[in-house]
Amino acid sequence: MKREDYGRLRWRCSRRALLELDIALTRFLDERFDQLSEEQQQVFVELADMEDHDLWYLISGQAECEDPRLAPIVALLRKS
Amino acid sequence: MSIPVLKFDAVIVGAGGAGLRSAIQLSEAGLKTAVLSKVFPTRSHTVAAQGGVAASLGNSEEDHWHWHMYDTIKGSDWLGDQDSIEYMCKAANEVVVELEHYGMPFDRTDNGKIYQRPFGGHMSNFGEKPVRRSCAAADRTGHAMLHALYQRNVKANTQFFVEWMALDLIRDAEGAVVGVTAMEMETGQVVIFHSRATIFATGGAGRIFNSSTNAFINTGDGLGMAARAGIPLEDLEFWQFHPTGVAGAGVLITEGVRGEGGILRNSSKERFMERYAPNAKDLASRDVVSRAMATEIKEGRGCGVNKDYILLDITHLDPATIMKRLPGIREIGIQFAGVDCIKEPLPVVPTAHYQMGGIPTNYTGRVVVPKGDDLASVVPGFYAAGECGCASVHGANRLGTNSLLDLLVFGKSAGDSAVEDLKAGKAHRELPQGAAEQSLARISALDNRKGGANVYETGLAMRRCMQDHAGVFRFGDMLKKGVDKILEIEKAAHELEIKDKSMAWNTARTEALELENLIEVAKATMISAEARKESRGAHVRDDAPDTPEFPNGRNDKEWLKHTLFFPQEGNKIVYKPVNMKPLSVETIELKTRSY
Ligand SMILES: Cc1cc2nc3c(=O)[nH]c(=O)nc-3n(C[C@H](O)[C@H](O)[C@H](O)COP(=O)(O)OP(=O)(O)OC[C@H]3O[C@@H](n4cnc5c(N)ncnc54)[C@H](O)[C@@H]3O)c2cc1C
Repeated sequence: MKREDYGRLRWRCSRRALLELDIALTRFLDERFDQLSEEQQQVFVELADMEDHDLWYLISGQAECEDPRLAPIVALLRKS
Repeated sequence: MSIPVLKFDAVIVGAGGAGLRSAIQLSEAGLKTAVLSKVFPTRSHTVAAQGGVAASLGNSEEDHWHWHMYDTIKGSDWLGDQDSIEYMCKAANEVVVELEHYGMPFDRTDNGKIYQRPFGGHMSNFGEKPVRRSCAAADRTGHAMLHALYQRNVKANTQFFVEWMALDLIRDAEGAVVGVTAMEMETGQVVIFHSRATIFATGGAGRIFNSSTNAFINTGDGLGMAARAGIPLEDLEFWQFHPTGVAGAGVLITEGVRGEGGILRNSSKERFMERYAPNAKDLASRDVVSRAMATEIKEGRGCGVNKDYILLDITHLDPATIMKRLPGIREIGIQFAGVDCIKEPLPVVPTAHYQMGGIPTNYTGRVVVPKGDDLASVVPGFYAAGECGCASVHGANRLGTNSLLDLLVFGKSAGDSAVEDLKAGKAHRELPQGAAEQSLARISALDNRKGGANVYETGLAMRRCMQDHAGVFRFGDMLKKGVDKILEIEKAAHELEIKDKSMAWNTARTEALELENLIEVAKATMISAEARKESRGAHVRDDAPDTPEFPNGRNDKEWLKHTLFFPQEGNKIVYKPVNMKPLSVETIELKTRSY
C-alpha cells in the first residue's frame, strides 16, 4: 500500500467515534495488517469505512457478518 | 511563502453535536458558513453517547424545567452558573422537539410521544423522587442525533472541510478573533480561514488521562488553541470519572454489570465496598465507588504486578445471564483485557469520562474573559459550545444526559449570537500581519528539530502523571508533586521531534500537534486542582474531608468561585464569582449535596 494511502487509513482507524474501535483497529494495523494480501488489505479498508456501531457489533460478535468477502477479516479482527 | 486565505462569514471548528447544531443557525440565516472537522462529521465522539438527552417534556409523568434546573444546580455542587442553567433547562423542550423535526428517530410511547426513562440525579419536585426525563434513540442516541443534524446542514448548504485540523486562533491587535489557521491532512497545506465569527465546538480533552473512556480524538484542540491565544481556561480541575473502565484501555464497562450482581474486589479478593458503603455496597453512587477504588489502590491493595487496578468479578453469575443481560461485555473483556469474564474477573480502574470545564462563555455562547474590572468581557467574534465550552452548566459535576442537552442548547445559542452579531456588524476585520506565522513556526519546528522529545513517550508521561497525581481522588502532596512533574513534561511537549517529514497524511505530525494541545489542558487541570483547597463535586481531596463545618469538604466561604487559568501569564489563576442569580426565578440556595 502506498505511504499516503496507509497514512489516511491509519488516521481513519485511530480517530473513530468509539474508543473500542480506535484500540481494535490500530492494534490490527500494528500487528496483522502487513501480513494480509493486497486484496485482504482492501477489504480491511472497506470495513474501516463502516459506521462505528455497525463495525463494533460485528467485531464484538453482537451481529453476524453476512458478507462472505468481509467475514474472514472480521474473524481476524475478533481474535486480534 | 504565501498562505491561501479562505473567507467565510462564520467558521465553526468541530462537527460533533455542538458544531453541527450551531452551523444550522448560521447557514439557515443565509450566512456563508464553513465547518472544519478532523474526521467525517458522523465519526465525531458524540456518536458514542448512548444514555440519552434530558428534557422535562413530561411525557411519562409530570415534570418541570424548574425541577430540572434544581437537579442540575445540585448536581453541579452549586458551582454552576444559575443563569446558564435556567436558560438550558428552559430551552430543553424546544431543542429536543426541533431535533425530532429534523428527523431524529426517538423511542416512542404507545401514543406516539417521545419515550422517556429515568437517569441518575434527575428528580421530580426539587429532589423528591426519580423522574423519567431522558430521551433516547435505542442505544444510538448520539449517532442518530449527529445524522439528523448533519442532514439538516447538508440541506442548508453548510460547507464542510472534512479531515482538516484547525491549528491556531487568529486574533487582531484589539483581541478580536478573526479566524483560524488549519491544515488539510491530505496535502499538509496550511490555510487561513478568515471569518467574522469563529465558533469552537471541538469536544473534550479526556485523553490527558491514562485511563479515559474518551476516544483518541478527544485531544482538547480548542482549549489548546484558545490557551495559546491568551484566552483563560475555566474550572479544569473538574473531571467526572466513571468507576469502571477496563484497566489500561479505558473502555467503559456499564453500571449494569454491578446492577446484575458484579462485585468489586481488591488484591486479597475482599469485597471492599462493604467497608465503604455497608448498605449499597457495589451499587453505591459513582463517586463513592470510584473513591473507594482509588483508596484501595493508594493503600497498596490494588491488583496485578503494579498493584494498580481493582477486579470486577462476575464469575459467580450464570454465563447465560451474562450473555443475555450484558451483551458485549464478554467481548470487551476478551478484546481489551485479555480476560474471559465468565471465568476470570475483569481488571478495572476509575476512568476519566467528562470534562466539566472549558473555554469560558456566557449563556449566549459568547466567549467571555476578564478585562479591567469586568471579569466577563466578551471577546468579539469568538464563541464556544459543547464539551469544549464552559457556560457553566455542569459546575463541579455533570448530570448524565445533560451534556447532549448542553451541546444542543448552547450550540444553538452560539449560532444565534453569531447571527445577531454578524447582522449588526460590518465587513471582515483585517487579518493581522503574519496571521499564520505561529502555526507555520510550530510545524517547521517539528520538522526541523533534532534530538527533541519523542511524541509517544511524552504523551505517555503526561497521561500517567495526570492519572497518578490528579485522578479521581486527590491528595495534597501528590498534587504538589504533580505540578512540578507536569511543568517538566510541558518542556518536553514544546520540544517534540518527528521522524516523518512528509506532507500528505502525516499522522506523526498531527499527533505531535495534538499533544501540544493536550499539554495545555493537562497543565491547567493540575495547577487548578492543586490550587483549589476544598472538595466539591468531582474534585475530591483527601485533605479537605467531610466535617461538620465543611460537609463533604466543601467550603463555600472561600471557594464558591470559578477558576480562570491563564497559561500565557505565568500560569496565573484569577477567580470569578459563581452567578447565583437565575434569569427569572429565585436563587436555588446553597445546601449540602447529598442523594
Ligand atoms: C462513552 C461516552 C458516552 C456518553 N454518553 C452520554 C450520554 O448518554 N448523554 C450525554 O448527555 N452525554 C454523554 N456523553 C458525553 C457527550 O457525548 C459529549 O460531551 C458530547 O458528545 C460532546 O459533543 P461536542 O459536540 O462538544 O464534541 P464532539 O462530538 O466530541 O465533536 C468534536 C468535533 O470537533 C472536531 N475537532 C476537534 N478538534 C479539531 C481541530 N483541531 N480541527 C478541526 N476539527 C476538530 C472533531 O473532529 C469533532 O467533529 C458520553 C461520553 C462518552 C465518552
